[in-house]
Amino acid sequence: MKHTIKELEDIATQVRRDIVRMVHGCQSGHPGGSLGCADFMTALYFEVLTHNADFNMDGTGEDLFFLSNGHISPVWYSVLARTGYFEVAELATFRKLGARLQGHPTTHEHLPGVRIASGSLGQGLSVAIGAALAKKLNKEHTTIYTLHGDGELQEGQNWEAIMFASHNKVDNLIASIDYNGQQIDGPTEKILSLESLQAKFEAFGWHVITSDGNNMEDILKALHYAKSLTGKGKPILNLMSTQMGFGVDYMVGSHKWHGTAPNDQQLESALNQLTSTLADY
Amino acid sequence: MKKYTYTEKKDTRSGFGAGLHEAGKRNENVVALCADLKGSLKMDDFANDFPDRFVQIGIAEANMIGIAAGLTIGGKIPFTGTFANFSTGRVYDQIRQSVAYSNKNVKICASHAGLTLGEDGATHQILEDIGLMKMLPGMVVINPCDYNQTKAATLAILDYVGPVYLRFGRPSVPIFTAEDQKFEIGKAWMVNEGTDVTIVATGHMVWKAIEAGEKLAELGIDAEIINIHTIKPLDDEAILKSVQKTGCLVSCEEHNKFGGLGESIARLLATEFPAPQEFVAVNDSFGESGTPDQLMTKYGLDAINIVEAAQKVLKRKK
Repeated sequence: MKHTIKELEDIATQVRRDIVRMVHGCQSGHPGGSLGCADFMTALYFEVLTHNADFNMDGTGEDLFFLSNGHISPVWYSVLARTGYFEVAELATFRKLGARLQGHPTTHEHLPGVRIASGSLGQGLSVAIGAALAKKLNKEHTTIYTLHGDGELQEGQNWEAIMFASHNKVDNLIASIDYNGQQIDGPTEKILSLESLQAKFEAFGWHVITSDGNNMEDILKALHYAKSLTGKGKPILNLMSTQMGFGVDYMVGSHKWHGTAPNDQQLESALNQLTSTLADY
Repeated sequence: MKKYTYTEKKDTRSGFGAGLHEAGKRNENVVALCADLKGSLKMDDFANDFPDRFVQIGIAEANMIGIAAGLTIGGKIPFTGTFANFSTGRVYDQIRQSVAYSNKNVKICASHAGLTLGEDGATHQILEDIGLMKMLPGMVVINPCDYNQTKAATLAILDYVGPVYLRFGRPSVPIFTAEDQKFEIGKAWMVNEGTDVTIVATGHMVWKAIEAGEKLAELGIDAEIINIHTIKPLDDEAILKSVQKTGCLVSCEEHNKFGGLGESIARLLATEFPAPQEFVAVNDSFGESGTPDQLMTKYGLDAINIVEAAQKVLKRKK
């Protein structure tokens, strides 16, 4: 391990500070899902992904990550900055005119770390499969990681991709679901029930593992186990339970903080709950 | 009028199939993807000779576009193949976000465009695809006119880096362009020099424009005929130069009059050199079942329609 569990937890706390400050700074964006995935994204970027210091689009010889639910861009931008893809100070430009940190991630402004635009939901798994096929054609033994919202699975394209991945033995792919049970208009079980995602993915021929996405030790255990399952003929799904808004008491578990920015008072309250560990941008 | 003849008819989709096969030989990064239409798209030779680089997607076009975008990230050059309807309208948002906005080197290759798909009817006969694709920033849109030009276009887009929409068709049409032609993206082809009226045609309408030019010559009208195979980027210079000489223009396309080549030309003329224009195109309608020839006649896309449009536009010329 490059870091201890405690170190990774501290980094995740800083990432959460970044998220609420970014969203507050432009009074827009999506804090809920971003906070819920801060632990996973920290573990992935600081501990699991093998990635080159210099960004290149082709990603030759390194693991790749694709964020399908692009609206949680704040958490991705934070971990990208804090792992050296660009200056941490640039986080202050989030969603502002002329920024590389667009509301949803894009390659158009050439932000290092981003390889495809996402935001219109349901497209990331297909793109990741394409990248995984390219890795195989190039005889590379690196791994493709993805993250998807659970509500996002209501988009039909996902199921085309899920079917394709198992039929074609795309076994260099580890997809994670941010299984927080919330979407913009309310709980997923009320909007459009997902039923048993584990049973669905298994029926589609995937190897499914489950994890607690707000427990650093469990996330690492899941990702390392998932990695050990690659190359065995099946795509791998990490069904990761999370809580939307995790780390900020008044945001936890509610869809109301899917796409709402905190005001000055709420920001202060959030920051009081999140101790700065790496210095704010 | 320059004389054009042909000895053989072939479908443009076979030109694509031959071009794709050659592209596969030339560049090992070429990957072909199809959505359960390998035979219709003439991808068999590629699939047989390069099985590792052929991806059968199944009936899942959205997934195909996404996978193609992802393949580019590993340095691959994906060519997707399905009918024009399923290559564009069905997957517009996938193309918009994952290909065009993300500026991925994906070649979207679309067969059975327009009315000449024939008997399957309007569910499959897309007449809006040029408009959909040309509105996407950065998208190159190409609609070649015969077998040889389609093969040449397929090889030309291999060497171009960026998203491309390549549109071709199902019916057998005369082969009248050179086998060894040089295909330059964005460059018009002067089919016939003339002085009275400019006829600009794309795709299957180019041969009909030649037939129309012969009839116009019999009527004493000297038509300049230009083949625009690349609708975007449009060869502004060639069109303006011609209209500055002739003073009027007829545009011909197997597409809705809204959103097609004709409108691109109208925009150019309105801003650079206002001149009368007539549109030989489908009049804001869906198609229907019938043979290709019957449909082209019913929807006003025959040589006689081009002749009449030329006569009409000549009357409006100052």
